Amino acid sequence: MEHAPSVQPGLTASGDGRNRDWYIDQFFRLLMFVCGISAIVFVLGIFIFVFKEGAGFIVHQLEWAEFFLSPKWRPTSAIHATYGTLAMVAGTAAVTLIAMAVALPFSFGAAIFIAEFAQGKTREWLKVTIELLAAIPSVVWGFIGLMIINPLIIELFDVPIGLNVLNAGLILGLMAAPIITSIAEDALKAVPDTYREAAEALGATRWQVIYQVVLPAAKNGLLSAALLGVGRAFGETMAVLMASGHALVIPGSVFDSIRALTATIAAELGETPVGSDHYQALFAIGIFLFSITFFINMIADLVVRGIRNQ
Amino acid sequence: MEHASAHTLAHFQAQPINRHNQQVQRLFMILFGCMAALLVIPVVLIIFILVQKGAPALSWAFLTTFPSNGMTAGGILPALLGTIWLVAVSLLASVPLGVAAAIYLSEYARQDHWLTRMINLATINLAGVPSIVHASSGWGAFVAFFRLGTSILAASLTLAVMTLPVVIVSSWESLQAVPQAFREACWNMGATRWQTIRHVVLPNALTGILTGIILQVSRAAGETAPIMFTGAAFFLPYLPTSIMDQTMALALHLFTITTQVPEVPEEIPFGVALVLFGIVLLINSCSIALRMYLRSKKKW
Repeated sequence: MEHAPSVQPGLTASGDGRNRDWYIDQFFRLLMFVCGISAIVFVLGIFIFVFKEGAGFIVHQLEWAEFFLSPKWRPTSAIHATYGTLAMVAGTAAVTLIAMAVALPFSFGAAIFIAEFAQGKTREWLKVTIELLAAIPSVVWGFIGLMIINPLIIELFDVPIGLNVLNAGLILGLMAAPIITSIAEDALKAVPDTYREAAEALGATRWQVIYQVVLPAAKNGLLSAALLGVGRAFGETMAVLMASGHALVIPGSVFDSIRALTATIAAELGETPVGSDHYQALFAIGIFLFSITFFINMIADLVVRGIRNQ
Repeated sequence: MEHASAHTLAHFQAQPINRHNQQVQRLFMILFGCMAALLVIPVVLIIFILVQKGAPALSWAFLTTFPSNGMTAGGILPALLGTIWLVAVSLLASVPLGVAAAIYLSEYARQDHWLTRMINLATINLAGVPSIVHASSGWGAFVAFFRLGTSILAASLTLAVMTLPVVIVSSWESLQAVPQAFREACWNMGATRWQTIRHVVLPNALTGILTGIILQVSRAAGETAPIMFTGAAFFLPYLPTSIMDQTMALALHLFTITTQVPEVPEEIPFGVALVLFGIVLLINSCSIALRMYLRSKKKW
């Protein structure tokens, strides 16, 4: 049967249809449209309001070289306040790196198991458990890092403090893993079954099907899952604040305490006088964070779009 | 796509199934199964420790009394009620807006239009913005610019903006699950687009939308950073009476007593963590159960 556009919604057989119902319809169309574009309004709003608070500092005071290249963040120094974020960028990067090293292999492994091997009840239970893991609040994760993993690291590796890159990385890895797993699983599920059947018909085992057909076909989706995981680990606040030790150094090993960009805002924004240089510098970090996550999300979206346009 | 498939399949030589290949397959299946298990097991252990150490603190009095002795003793009543306030007010803001946005995207917008792409991109980005950036913008917008002060209202609105993408995406999915034929049948009867949405599409998508909203409740209840500067306080000796008051909140309370208050007996923070975790788990289980029920009842 042809799917011809049937009757135009709302047009009665007689007249042009401009009765009370027509006006109600138009009203709701407009209302839904206004709500529909709210997401755009909010993203712009976030940028504008963070920028507005930090603009004065960025325009008049900010030394770009110092902001990006100096590790010295001394906003409260009376003699010469410096606003360098290098140590925090290094800290955030180190933690994100460890988190991905922990999360990516396990998430992809789990995703392949769920999508290609597991069946029936096992599959359902794994999916539900992983979904529940994704729901644990970040402050509870931070608490776990502080009270459970911290003493564990001190005991296992014989180091003076367990609040360090390793701890925060592990926590962020465990946090990001369920999300990466479910996105990666979706990407694997999106590969048409006809691909698998065609390969199986040629005598391939299930592993050969996965390795040589499914994974290459899903690679963009998997890459985008990894990127979203990076974005998540990078932007995480409470858990890093509690588990990383909050020390302003460029980490030399996984047992060094670090301070993350996000954690700095969380720890200091409440205690600075509104409008001061320090306050504005924190919003400048906010803009920096916003720009990076925006960039990561855009790339992830472009990668996914790449598959669809193929 | 067809081209890609031909390309990937070109690597294959037709071959008889042999023992070696089957062993390799079994090996990888076990390997990936172990990886999936390793993802789950540490977390289950951690939860076990949480329950073991937190359970002794739990009692009716713990849930219904104020913290005392500089928060080193007593209960969590104001934090618990505060979290309920924050979640309720943020729902009032985000649910109508999010569902309406989903209706626009699913029922009105042309899928290939540039504006629809922009909205989708914005939704993805809104979900990806770090929570602390939401907190700073919430402070800049609601507390400072709109002069709401540090209040439940400002904190809830910040939470609402943050959880909006969850509502939009889940509602959109449930709306899309309603078969197109339902709409066409209704239009053919002479109904307007809005009448179709109101009487056919929404009733059929309602349970699905509800599932997403429940999920959003659990997310909002656990958030800490967005409410830190916008309306949640470390300690208040009274309960909030209006949405312009400040309030305590469970998530922030956990942060406060573990990092800001010295010498809190260990079982109290474990108890708070367990309560928070329990609430989130309970809400999520409800959402999952509802979804499974829905799937079993599905008629089309």
